[in-house]
Amino acid sequence: MEHTSLLERILRGIALALVVIFFMFPIVWILMMSFQTNETILRIPPQLVFEPTLANYTALITGKLMTAAGTLDIAFMRNLWNSVFLSVTSVAVALLLGVPAAYAFARHKFRGSEDIAFTLLSFRFAPALLVLLPLTLYFQKLGLANTYIGLIWVYQLICLPLILWIVRGYFEDIPADIEYAYRIAGHSWFATFRKIALPLAGPGIAAAGLLAFIFAWNNFVFALVLASADKQPVTVGALAFITSSGIQYGQISAAIVLSITPTLALALYAQRYLVEGLSLGAVKG
Amino acid sequence: MTAATIQRNRPSGFRISKRVLPYLLSLPALLVCIGILIPFLTSVVYSFQRYRLSQPWARQFNWGDNYISFFTDPKFWNTLQVSLLYAGITVVLELLLGLGIAMLLQKRSTLNNFISIMLLMPLMTAPALAALMWKLMTNPGFGVLSYLASLIGLQDFRWASSPSTALLTVVLVDIWVYTPFIMILLLAGLRSLPTQPFEAAALDGVPRSFVFFRITLPMLTPYILTATLFRLLDSIQQFDIIYAMTQGGPGDTLTVFQVEAYLNFFQSTNVGRSAALMIILWAITYFLSNIFIKNWLRLRERARGQA
Repeated sequence: MEHTSLLERILRGIALALVVIFFMFPIVWILMMSFQTNETILRIPPQLVFEPTLANYTALITGKLMTAAGTLDIAFMRNLWNSVFLSVTSVAVALLLGVPAAYAFARHKFRGSEDIAFTLLSFRFAPALLVLLPLTLYFQKLGLANTYIGLIWVYQLICLPLILWIVRGYFEDIPADIEYAYRIAGHSWFATFRKIALPLAGPGIAAAGLLAFIFAWNNFVFALVLASADKQPVTVGALAFITSSGIQYGQISAAIVLSITPTLALALYAQRYLVEGLSLGAVKG
Repeated sequence: MTAATIQRNRPSGFRISKRVLPYLLSLPALLVCIGILIPFLTSVVYSFQRYRLSQPWARQFNWGDNYISFFTDPKFWNTLQVSLLYAGITVVLELLLGLGIAMLLQKRSTLNNFISIMLLMPLMTAPALAALMWKLMTNPGFGVLSYLASLIGLQDFRWASSPSTALLTVVLVDIWVYTPFIMILLLAGLRSLPTQPFEAAALDGVPRSFVFFRITLPMLTPYILTATLFRLLDSIQQFDIIYAMTQGGPGDTLTVFQVEAYLNFFQSTNVGRSAALMIILWAITYFLSNIFIKNWLRLRERARGQA
């Protein structure tokens, strides 16, 4: 690469600039819209310079939307809370159940273990609605429709396979001899798991948990099918918000900004884990 | 060898628990499997029934009727065509773009690393919310993209609300969200390639295009295949972006498999047809993933043989 000509470097620079503009522009633009009043948003041509206002955010946070026709209640904070609660609880449950299972898959090759692992992986690629549509009918019969428990249960379909596959790979990379040595010293199975295997697989568990959280947060179709307004996370809530509030574009932008901030912040904070998890889940298999 | 002595020295009681423990630990995974398999089998049963939620009394087995009716159903052929078209276009464009960007960022430098982290952001945005962002930007009244389109002479460009450009618009959103995924995988692949072949080629003064087609691409193939598999299987099942953007409209321009199944279930309450659609989609994904996994395993074995 040392012999690159000036022309080539300029072309590369332009290409990179275009890439950055294409991928960053929507986020920057929505962020700008969220600080504008409806009047400035509707101005043509679109304004790059404007007087920023926090009105959109205060309207969302207080839940009171002042319009010419009167005050409108918006339940967006409720959606945000639902997203936090559903994602955190689902990942916690999935880690609690999935990490020991991943350990079992990695350490003990028992009958049917590969079958279970492959079934889980192959259903990672199955259409979500194939499973979800019958589940809605079952959930109505079981009384689980539109409950947090029911939703956390189906969110396991996203989180558990992910955690199983990624963490299993990390457990397999720990040499079994280290664990044997610790057990010979007279420690129980559980102590070995807790003191040796868990810390060594720590980065993998963090990567898997992080990915599972992002997938749960970003999920749309599960809650669209199984939850009604008071249990909906932001992904579904924002869509309903658009249809109900109609022309409050500033608030809609602010709602989108609040909804994507947690995953973006997490991704930036822990990007190394994330890249590792994404490429491991895909490449290592 | 040492393993034998270790076996003997194990604390007592380990044997018994060793037999039961794995099953006990993997029980949750097993339960999830069952939790998936039961609705799956239910879907299979539904797909062979005449089952409408609005007419529960008329529910009965009609065996293959749901499937047979697809042959003469223009809506089904539209669904199949749009789904394949959507998946094909997005995967090809994302692969080309992703490979291009990965090659631009291949050299490790502070700027390149920073850009590759920035590019994670679209991927971390929920696809449904990404669709809403683009919906705001393509609004005919105030959308910045509509304004930019009018600047280059496309007056009244309707984006997702016109049948002729709806597919283009959702493909654009898909590219925005998922190109970074391919870029990350290929960048990891590019950076893990051995350097010797490239040094040798540079020493011999081999042309750049030859290096790209004869060294880079073949060595990158396992990564490209994996990325393609993941994207193709996701893309043919796309629901979030299309539903959030247009609900399958305008008309039935964008009724891809999952959107069509959703509308069949919740709007026309035709459970039987909806289930049959999902089974067909499942068969397509199963067929595709088998082809890819076979290729992938072969490539991996070959790579191992060389190593």
